[in-house]
Amino acid sequence: MKIIVGYKRVVDYNVRIQVKPDGSGVVTDGVKLSANPFDDIALEEALRLREKGVAEEVIVVGIGPADLTAHLRNGLAMGANRAIHVQTADAVSPLTAARTFLKLVEKEQPGLVILGKQAIDDDANQTGQMLAALWDRPQATFASKVEIAEGKATVTREVDAGLETIEADLPAVITTDLRLNEPRFIKLPDIMKAKSKPIDVVELGSLGVDAADHIKTTHYAAPAKRSKGVMVNDAAGLVAALKQKGLL
Amino acid sequence: MSKILVIAEHLDGKLNAATARAVSAAAAAKPDAIDIIVLSDAPEAIAAEAAKIDGVTKVLAVARAENAHALAAVLAPQVAKAAAGYSHVFAPSTTFGKDLAPRVAALLGVSQVSDVMTVEGPHSFKRPIYAGNAIVTVDVDAGSTVVATIRTASWPAAASNGNAPVEALSLDATLPSHTRFVNLQQGKSDRPDLQGAAKVVSGGRGVGSKENFEIIYKFADKIGAAVGASRAAVDAGYVPNEMQVGQTGKIIAPELYIAVGISGAIQHLTGIKDAGTIVAINKDGEAPIFEIADIGLVGDLFKILPELESAIG
Ligand SMILES: Cc1cc2nc3c(=O)[nH]c(=O)nc-3n(C[C@H](O)[C@H](O)[C@H](O)COP(=O)(O)OP(=O)(O)OC[C@H]3O[C@@H](n4cnc5c(N)ncnc54)[C@H](O)[C@@H]3O)c2cc1C
Ligand SMILES: Cc1cc2nc3c(=O)[nH]c(=O)nc-3n(C[C@H](O)[C@H](O)[C@H](O)COP(=O)(O)OP(=O)(O)OC[C@H]3O[C@@H](n4cnc5c(N)ncnc54)[C@H](O)[C@@H]3O)c2cc1C
Repeated sequence: MKIIVGYKRVVDYNVRIQVKPDGSGVVTDGVKLSANPFDDIALEEALRLREKGVAEEVIVVGIGPADLTAHLRNGLAMGANRAIHVQTADAVSPLTAARTFLKLVEKEQPGLVILGKQAIDDDANQTGQMLAALWDRPQATFASKVEIAEGKATVTREVDAGLETIEADLPAVITTDLRLNEPRFIKLPDIMKAKSKPIDVVELGSLGVDAADHIKTTHYAAPAKRSKGVMVNDAAGLVAALKQKGLL
Repeated sequence: MSKILVIAEHLDGKLNAATARAVSAAAAAKPDAIDIIVLSDAPEAIAAEAAKIDGVTKVLAVARAENAHALAAVLAPQVAKAAAGYSHVFAPSTTFGKDLAPRVAALLGVSQVSDVMTVEGPHSFKRPIYAGNAIVTVDVDAGSTVVATIRTASWPAAASNGNAPVEALSLDATLPSHTRFVNLQQGKSDRPDLQGAAKVVSGGRGVGSKENFEIIYKFADKIGAAVGASRAAVDAGYVPNEMQVGQTGKIIAPELYIAVGISGAIQHLTGIKDAGTIVAINKDGEAPIFEIADIGLVGDLFKILPELESAIG
C-alpha cells in the first residue's frame, strides 16, 4: 500500500507573527519557515507504518511555490520514498488543496492519506475532511492512535468529550493530532541520501483543478491587546484583588 | 433572502451549549430565518431543547438509526441535502463542527470560513489565523453558500425563552457504511464543563505530576471552577487530553482564568485571550504569562494554593 502525506511549509511555530502596518498581510520575508508540525507527525506515522510492513511507499506532497524543493527534501531526508511538488505561485484555499490531493489520489491510488489536522498558519482545519468528502471515503480526524489491519483503520480521535474510537475501511483519510507520535529528527547521512530521491514537479494548472476561490481575505489586523495588569505580593493580596472585581 | 441552517451538536440525548452560541452568530448576520437541524437516532428531546433557543425560526429533526453517533461521513450528506434553500450553514467550532462542516462544504463545492469571531455582514467575517496572532477579514462571494464554523468563545449563548416549531424532516440521502463508531471514553467529572465554565483553573508542567494535580482540583473545587491544563501537562500524562486549553485544545472565555505553573506559550494564550480576568501564578517572575495576566503572583504554587484556600476561608 502507498501512503500520501501532506507536507506543508509554514512559518515556524516559534516566530512571533507581525501584521504589516497596511493590513495587507503578515510579514513573511526573512522569517523562519518549517514543516507544519502536524505534517511532521503525519509523515512520522506513515514511516512507522512502512517500517511495520503495512505500507511499501510513502509519498510527501507539497503544494506551493517553486522554492518548495528544499522543504520537500527534508521530508525525503526524514524517510519518504519520493515527493510530489504541485507548483503554484498563488495561495490555495483548503478546497483547492483538497481537489489537488484528489487528483494525486486518483493517479497514485494510495491506501491511506495522512494530513495534519490543521496548518498552523491559516488554522483552517479543512483540507482532510474536504478530501475525504470529494473522494467519498472515510475520514478519521484528530487522530491520537492509528492501527491498520485487515483493510481497515482503527483510529482513536481526540474529541471535546474525551477519546473516540472509530473504524474506517481503507482507503481513508486520517488527520493527525499532536499526541499521535513524536517525529524523528533528521540525521546528516539521510540528508545526503535524500538528494538522490525523486521529486516530481507538476504545475497546478496542468492537473485540471478548479482553483476558483470564492473567499477573499480583504484585511489583516493585529489582535486586540490586553491591557497591562498588576502584580500582587501574596495570597491575601490576590484574594483581595479578586474580591474587588467580584470574582470571588 | 438569507436563511441560516445551524447544525445542532449533542451528546447522550442532550443539546450542547455550543449550539446556542452558533445561533448568536447567526442572529448577528440578521437573516430572514434561523433554522436548527438535529440529526440523531432519537432527536425529539434534543429538538425540544433547540426549539427554546431565542431567535430560532424552526427546528428540523432528522431521525435515522445511522445518526446514533456523530460520524461526519454519515451526517455530511444529510446536511448537504438539507442545505438546499439556505444561504448559510453554521456549526460550532468544536471538534464536532470542525470534523463535520468542511465535509459539508466540500459536498456543496465551497470553501469554509473557520472560527468566525465577528460577523461584519452576511458575507463578511473576522477570523483568527496564526494561532490568533493575526485577525483577518474574509469576504465570501454573495452567490455562494457560506459554510462557517463559529468560534464559540467569541459568542454568548443565545437565551432559552423561545418556542419554535419542530418539524420532522426525512432526507433522501444514501449513507455510507465505511465508517463505524466503536466507542467513546469520556472523562467523568462533577466539575463544571471546561468550555462553558465561568471560572477555570489550569495547571501546567510546573505542577509536576498526576498526583500533584490534586492540588489544582482541590483549589478549583473550592472556588467552583472547571479544570484545564497546558499541552505540556497533558503530554506528560498528568491529565487527559480533553482538558487541554490552547490553539490545538479548547478555546475558552471564562470570566476568571487562573494559570498555575504555566509559562504562557503563545499556543496556550490563544486559548484564553477572551477570558475576562487572567490570573497567573508562577515561580518565575520573567515567565511570559505575566505579560498578559491581569493579576500576577510570583511564587511557588505548592505554597500559594493552600494559602489561597485559607485566605478565601
Ligand atoms: C504562494 C503562497 C502564498 C500564500 N500566502 C498566504 C497568505 O498570505 N496568507 C495566508 O494566510 N496563507 C497563505 N498561504 C497558505 C494557503 O492559503 C493555505 O495553504 C491554504 O489556505 C490551506 O489552508 P490550511 O493550510 O490552513 O489548511 P488546513 O486544512 O488547515 O491544512 C490541513 C492539512 O492539509 C494539508 N495541506 C494543506 N495545504 C497544503 C499544501 N499547500 N501543501 C501540502 N499539504 C497541504 C497538510 O497536511 C495540512 O496539515 C499561501 C500559500 C502559498 C502557496
Ligand atoms: C503546533 C503546536 C500546538 C500547540 N498547542 C498547544 C495548546 O493547544 N495548548 C498548550 O498549552 N500548549 C500548546 N503547545 C505547546 C506550547 O508551545 C508549550 O510547550 C506549552 O504550553 C508549555 O506548557 P507549560 O506552560 O505547562 O510548560 P512550561 O513551558 O514548561 O512551563 C512551566 C512553568 O511552570 C513554572 N513552575 C514550575 N514549578 C513551579 C512551581 N513550583 N510553582 C509555580 N510555578 C512553577 C515554571 O516557571 C514555568 O513557567 C503547542 C505547541 C505546538 C508546536
